Amino acid sequence: MEFSELIRTGRAQAELLRGPEAPPLRGTLCVTGHHLLLSPGPQATSDLWLLLLRSVDSIEKRVAGDSGTITLRCKDLRVLQLDIEGVEATLDIARSIEALSSLESVITSFPFFYRPKGLRLGDAWHFHPPEHYYKRVARETNAWRLSEVNEDFSVCPSYPRAVIVPRAVDDDALKRSARFRQGGRFPVLSYHHAPSGTVLLRSSQPLTGPQKRRCAEDEEMLRAVLAGARPGARGFIVDTRSSQTAKQARMTGGGTEAKAAYPGWKRLHRPLERGRPLQESFVRLVEACGDLEQSMDRWLSRLEGCRWLAHVKEALSTACLAAQGMEREGACILVHGAEGTDSTLLVTSLAQLILDPLSRTMAGFQELVEREWIQAGHPFQLRCAHSAFSHARPKHEAPTFLLFLDCVWQLGRQFPLSLEFGEGLLLALFEHAYASPFGTFLCNSEKERCLCEVRTRTHSLWSGLNQPKEQRKVRNPLYVLNPLAIWPSVEPQSLRLWQGLFLRWTRPPEPSEVAWEKVWQIVTDKEKTEGSQPTVSAPEPQS
Amino acid sequence: MEHIRTPKVENVRLVDRISSKKAALGTLYLTATHVIFVENAPDTRKETWILHSQISTIEKQATTATGCPLLIRCKNFQLLQLIVPQERDCHDVYISLIRLAKPVKYEELYCFSFNPKLDKEEREQGWMLIELSEEYKRMGLPDDYWQLSDVNRDYRVCDSYPTELFVPKSATAHIILGSSKFRSRRRFPALSYYYKDNHASICRSSQPLSGFSARCLEDEQMLQAIRKANPGSDFIYVVDTRPKLNAMANRAAGKGYENEDNYSNIKFQFIGIENIHVMRNSLQKMLEVCELKSPSMSDFLWGLENSGWLRHIKAIMDAGIFIAKAVSEEGASVLVHCSDGWDRTAQVCSVASLLLDPHYRTLKGFMVLIEKDWISFGHKFNHRYGNLDGDPKEISPIIDQFIECVWQLMEQFPCAFEFNERFLIHIQHHIYSCQFGNFLCNSQKERQELKIQERTYSLWAHLWKNRADYMNPLFRADHSQTRGILRLPTTPCNFMYKFWSGMYNRFEKGLQPRQSVTDYLMAVKEETQQLEEELEALEERLEKIQKVQLNHTKVKSKPSEPSKHSGFSTSDNSTANTPQDYSGNMKSFPSRSPSQGDEDSALILTQDNLKSSDPDLSANSDQESGVEDLSCRSPSGGDCVPSEDSAKDRDSDEAVFLTA
Repeated sequence: MEFSELIRTGRAQAELLRGPEAPPLRGTLCVTGHHLLLSPGPQATSDLWLLLLRSVDSIEKRVAGDSGTITLRCKDLRVLQLDIEGVEATLDIARSIEALSSLESVITSFPFFYRPKGLRLGDAWHFHPPEHYYKRVARETNAWRLSEVNEDFSVCPSYPRAVIVPRAVDDDALKRSARFRQGGRFPVLSYHHAPSGTVLLRSSQPLTGPQKRRCAEDEEMLRAVLAGARPGARGFIVDTRSSQTAKQARMTGGGTEAKAAYPGWKRLHRPLERGRPLQESFVRLVEACGDLEQSMDRWLSRLEGCRWLAHVKEALSTACLAAQGMEREGACILVHGAEGTDSTLLVTSLAQLILDPLSRTMAGFQELVEREWIQAGHPFQLRCAHSAFSHARPKHEAPTFLLFLDCVWQLGRQFPLSLEFGEGLLLALFEHAYASPFGTFLCNSEKERCLCEVRTRTHSLWSGLNQPKEQRKVRNPLYVLNPLAIWPSVEPQSLRLWQGLFLRWTRPPEPSEVAWEKVWQIVTDKEKTEGSQPTVSAPEPQS
Repeated sequence: MEHIRTPKVENVRLVDRISSKKAALGTLYLTATHVIFVENAPDTRKETWILHSQISTIEKQATTATGCPLLIRCKNFQLLQLIVPQERDCHDVYISLIRLAKPVKYEELYCFSFNPKLDKEEREQGWMLIELSEEYKRMGLPDDYWQLSDVNRDYRVCDSYPTELFVPKSATAHIILGSSKFRSRRRFPALSYYYKDNHASICRSSQPLSGFSARCLEDEQMLQAIRKANPGSDFIYVVDTRPKLNAMANRAAGKGYENEDNYSNIKFQFIGIENIHVMRNSLQKMLEVCELKSPSMSDFLWGLENSGWLRHIKAIMDAGIFIAKAVSEEGASVLVHCSDGWDRTAQVCSVASLLLDPHYRTLKGFMVLIEKDWISFGHKFNHRYGNLDGDPKEISPIIDQFIECVWQLMEQFPCAFEFNERFLIHIQHHIYSCQFGNFLCNSQKERQELKIQERTYSLWAHLWKNRADYMNPLFRADHSQTRGILRLPTTPCNFMYKFWSGMYNRFEKGLQPRQSVTDYLMAVKEETQQLEEELEALEERLEKIQKVQLNHTKVKSKPSEPSKHSGFSTSDNSTANTPQDYSGNMKSFPSRSPSQGDEDSALILTQDNLKSSDPDLSANSDQESGVEDLSCRSPSGGDCVPSEDSAKDRDSDEAVFLTA
């Protein structure tokens, strides 16, 4: 398909308004296959302004007299206004943006054309495969093995090629267990907590159905998990649905583990919001944050009505519960909801962040995102198709990943010295999950990424972010290794609205930038001083 | 001492608020100045000290099987729940505390017995640290337009004003006297802040006694004089900080507000800040929310909104912003008043000054600001903060609100203030503690009569001595953003007003961020300095060695020891490592008991919580006062404990997973 078919007009004169704090920009507007460009003209001092069309969430056009206005609401929550000369030009540009920003084809998307200087294709793609994590697990325990049962994605289309499973369970048993789990997502290792010798597993719901079906291999698998952990270990199944919902799921073929079938395992229900209600919560919050006219009187109840902070509290509490079970109770934890691709991953990834100091480093956190979200089959393409501004009725959209980032931000606020990465990295991940020149968040699963050859034909976000020039933005200069678990407070007094994200474009950024600069300066001052210690070489003994 | 019915009660339990199941067993002592709880646990002997003057309310609850609960709420937002085994003892403690918490004369207050072991000269120097005359000089006064007036010498005109005041040069004694008679409690318009860049000023007064139609020529001349003192503007703003309705109601009582027809060239403006009674109730409601046990997000947000607290904070800030803009952007002078001109007026003038002048955002400048707008202009500290037993309806958290406004600004402008949050918290603590003489009484006159400066110590000197604890490492005095006026965003930003859990929940350490950026950065800065000094020393040595080498002498040189200073990396890990009760009030982790049914219908087992050790990096002044040994310590000893350190707890509560 040719993009040019969708571009109805080449260029127009326009003025761009970027919110109350930034000065307007005038110049020639131009639509290309993937971008909206504004060239301020030869005599202007400012550079070319560029917007990835993919990041446009909704577009609104108005015409009056012989000019028009286009309002672009972006997926990163920015709101831009373009005043364009000429009615025809306005309508044409609006239509072009509309068509180009909603293209669904993956292989014609920008990451397949993006070739930044200084990066080589395929550079960072080998950074974080499951094999890498398995090496660590294997050093800690012998009870687990790396299985390639899913090498051709036939056992579970949303799992990666290799998964970590109990050594005692063979591939045939895995295949049978997969048939008993929704989408084939049989229980796999998510994290091995060496200090207590316990493990965190994740899966999807068992397909017990109305007949209360059972699966011997599935039961055997969980038995093997307990047997492989420390002697006498117990297990908890954290179901991210209410027990009511879990029971109802039986009617549609799903369900939850029957107690009698899994000796040693207890079930806990911690309902977490997902799907459409979560998306609506996000939409309402963004709406409230963008409403600058409302009075103080109603702000807090409006914030309450959005329920977003309540979701943050629930997600963190559940993750803490799972982490606590492993660290304090010495129990093995299996987390699942229904599909096991959303709130399940939210809980398992947060629990690791709480428990595992390695996952709080820059490299460790990137690996965690890669392993527990991207490779674990969180359907990014479906979930992040639209952000908070889309007028379309949400189908599969849900800001589960954003909720994860928010929870991480809350952890970082409560433990400002314990995460090696800063707010900048979380903001970048949010942006790139919704629209990115990199291929990392493309598609819904490893299988799809293989089909599209994402790994060989696009650049990895990780190599983009790990370039030296990005470090000041994404790194936390205050980081000091904290070898312990970080237990956050989940009381409402301790949780805050993430202003850096939700108010990013409505409040002036300078004060926090000035503070960030200062933090860096203090820390680098020290490093410089340390570096300038004179080396006193002992004089050569003279004989 | 005669009020202490029982000086010591054993086997008292201190209940942990977050998890009611945990309680520390210990002994309760009543001294002339403190309530002290000492835990029995031999390895910790954790102590909790509460000054009597901090006690806000004492509540004796119905006796239960375990004993008689006693709830002590403090003005610094500490909440203590004790269970006394014997009802009789509880009653005695209760009756004693009721009396001790409400002294009837100033001499009973802690500052008259508090002795930080400084000699007379040091004490006097302490009082001289903050001099208002210096501050007026700094503002550029006197000048062609303003002069120091001695009209209030010996408090002849107004007994709640200071004796030294700046007034417009053209305001004669006759005008001032006439104007004072037309103002509530004779609080005539006087200068609060002078913006020398454009000669605009902020003046303050009380409401005029205008009733429905009264006029006063001298008062009108007084306002004229203020306008003329600012040649750059042909009008002045008169800001009445009350809601219009309140001001109108005052007219019926012969008070009220300025009629624009009678005063030439004034622009009159109402700014609806509520009165002290509304503020008192609002705080009360907010504290109830803070006391909720594991509230849901909805409970908390609804409760916070219903308290109206943040709305009131915003109203005060808005008034300050309005005035700062009028002065700096329009170049117009502003006269501010409310009813008596000592509550809302003090709040608004000081917020405006803080926005306008970076000096007030420094450590010393902030002390000066409080000295100027609050202490000298007769803010009724004794009445508002209930230092002596008095009318409970006079009590209201007026300066607390100002302090919160400053914190809200600090959150917005992390680099604009030389001091940190701890500084604000400690000032708040001492406004109530009565440990220093600064905030005693209702006016300068009363303080002079009591000879405060001869008999007590100054808080400012104490804070200044410990200033290292109060520094904001992010302070950037030189940055364009923080140098001049603090510019708040033009769009109304409700979201900038946040709940200040560091103040209102500050004794619940578990709710606070577990690591302090401020302390970390201060330590890094300190270390950098040490390294620099060491570097210098090493370079010196190097030079020597080289000289020695020239003399052909063998010298063994030691390498530097960079490992010596690594003390700061101790971010508070021990607290970090204590999980909270995440199970809510729901059942969690069912025990191994063969529980009934298929579902997880088991017991509550995770009752661990977060109240725990806090090797508070903030080495506060009390560290030297060794809290370990009670016997060798007079209650009036060098205890400057602002709060958070009053509880030391070295063991962290480990999660108790009862696996039955």
